[in-house]
Amino acid sequence: MRPSPARLLNILVPVKRAVDYSVKIRHSMNPFDEIAVEEAIRLRERLPPGTVKHIKAISIGPAKSLDVLRTALAVGADSAAHVALPENAPAPEPLAIAKTLASYINLQNNDAAKVAKDGKVDLVVLGKQAIDDDLGVTGQMLAGLLGWGQATFASKVEVDVGRGEVVVTREIDGGAEEVRCRLPVVITTDLRLNEPRYASLPNIMKAKKKPVEKLAPSDLGIDYTPQLQTLRVTEPPKRVGGGKVASVQELVERLKGAGITGV
Amino acid sequence: MLAFSRSQRALTRSARLQTLVVAKQSLGQRAASTTVNYDWEDPLNLESQLTEDEIAIRDVARAYCQENLMPRVLKGWRTEEFDHQALPEMGKLGLLGPTIEGYGCAGASNVAYGLVAREIERVDSGYRSTASVQSSLVMHPINEFGTDAQKEKFLPRLAKGELVGAFGLTEPNHGSDPAGMETTAEEVDGGFIINGSKTWITNAPAADVFIIWARCKWDKRVRGFILEKGMKGLSAPQIKNKVALRASATGSIFMDSVRVGHDSLLPKSKGLGSAFSCLNSARYGISWGVMGALEDCLARTRTYALERNQFKRPLASFQLVQKKLADAHTEIALGLQASLQVGRLKDEGKAAPEMISLVKRNNCGKALEHARIVLDILGGNASSDEYHVGRHVANLQVANTYEGTNDIHALILGKAITGIAAFAN
Repeated sequence: MRPSPARLLNILVPVKRAVDYSVKIRHSMNPFDEIAVEEAIRLRERLPPGTVKHIKAISIGPAKSLDVLRTALAVGADSAAHVALPENAPAPEPLAIAKTLASYINLQNNDAAKVAKDGKVDLVVLGKQAIDDDLGVTGQMLAGLLGWGQATFASKVEVDVGRGEVVVTREIDGGAEEVRCRLPVVITTDLRLNEPRYASLPNIMKAKKKPVEKLAPSDLGIDYTPQLQTLRVTEPPKRVGGGKVASVQELVERLKGAGITGV
Repeated sequence: MLAFSRSQRALTRSARLQTLVVAKQSLGQRAASTTVNYDWEDPLNLESQLTEDEIAIRDVARAYCQENLMPRVLKGWRTEEFDHQALPEMGKLGLLGPTIEGYGCAGASNVAYGLVAREIERVDSGYRSTASVQSSLVMHPINEFGTDAQKEKFLPRLAKGELVGAFGLTEPNHGSDPAGMETTAEEVDGGFIINGSKTWITNAPAADVFIIWARCKWDKRVRGFILEKGMKGLSAPQIKNKVALRASATGSIFMDSVRVGHDSLLPKSKGLGSAFSCLNSARYGISWGVMGALEDCLARTRTYALERNQFKRPLASFQLVQKKLADAHTEIALGLQASLQVGRLKDEGKAAPEMISLVKRNNCGKALEHARIVLDILGGNASSDEYHVGRHVANLQVANTYEGTNDIHALILGKAITGIAAFAN
């Protein structure tokens, strides 16, 4: 008899509508969030069948945000939630988003009836940053508010559900770093984690029947009044220095002098 | 990359009207007119006429075609090699037989099918021909005229692109008059013997499954038969060195006393009308497809005209150039609206075959005419296949000819208008 798994994974994937104008084919979902949705679906495909109980996409924004939720459903999410903001409201800021997500997760995880029916959310996967503001802080703030571990800039994710752990390879300036976190955990995705799939036409048609929960900000008690103020925008300082050397020998001498002896 | 839905506010026409009515009632006055920005890429706001899933489907098709087919098209064009990856890739996305219900197909609308054809042909008419044959000329007849066993056996694998299909109607001596076909089916013990030849058959050299139309000797009616690669007496050599549709493998089909079982007959096929219903499905898709090709020609020549300077100013600043672009732009806008209306009628079961003749003939004729005109904007570069418009022009000549020539469709309409059939003396 196979023992039943210690827990089933409930994955929440926050997605943001952020149009990428630099590419010829315009996608409306933040590219790092596309990678997050893809990773959630790949986890379902990689882990033993049934381990991933549910994948829910959530978005906070005006009515247009339903775009990206429909895309997430068409690619393979099971359900979606939309926290509807007024049409011309200013773009929500990371702290407000993180508070919204934390509030949503706590509402789910602290409600005995909901937990009995759907289980607790124990894995949040989202993009490392949004390409419209490039702030890159929402995931970290969310982890802080929830008191969960965080593994950011993920280029590889391995989940051991039996032990209730994830091992994430992170891309950092010096190279790659491996971190092990206990579930529940917040993971933010980096570019090399995966290559998102196209939604197939049959799945687009099936997505119409998947439920989309509608929430108002008042349901979660969040204030979206902007608090950030841009004080100044500057270019990074220009590179100075450098010099030409006459020979390879001189290059080696200079490198040794700078303390660089080998790789 | 993932699919994306462009505008959440794309509602069906009736829902949009309802919203307008509600808005007027609640405001108690006409909504003040706001400035509408003209979008040369969608001049008549086709976007607002599509449903959410049609937009999502269009976006997937566009992303797939631009990111996967476009980089391979020149190689296909130059080598005339059948692209064995294309059908399985399209199959994986559900782009094949998208209107069919079940068998792994999407069950999408006819408008969605048209939108897909437009995106494929935006890259190349040859790729779209391959897909049209698979969807409208092979999967459709099996679905409409086949037994449940035939559907189970062939449709799922055709939908995935695992099997390549071909449609054999045209013969060396019978193109516009398929009724005169010389391919025969003779009933024998255990099945039938098929004899004859077909030509100009898209996908034939690579096909695993052939839908062959033959005149049945016992009652002189035309019926469809499913033949399979490997049958004794069946061969399908390629017609090489074509000057158009080079990215699509075209061939002949030779049937030298091919023996088939009774289960090869498409039992519900009852005469040439059955073959024509397949053609109408394909022709409808073509009417959308050629607009995609013309859109690509317009976009490329516009970019060229903005970048290329002569006499110290961009070509786009010359009046004669602007007229060429404006004329092509107009035909695209009108052609798409016509195809959309026919698609909606088809979805409601209210489309007559003459409607399809009208849009196929108009859109192919206009696409060919205006692609040729805007090609001239490229000057010497018109001859370079790297500028792509010349390839579209060559392809569109065939698109205007196959699936019923421009002239034949004129006679179909002429008969509908006058009541007099003028196909022959």
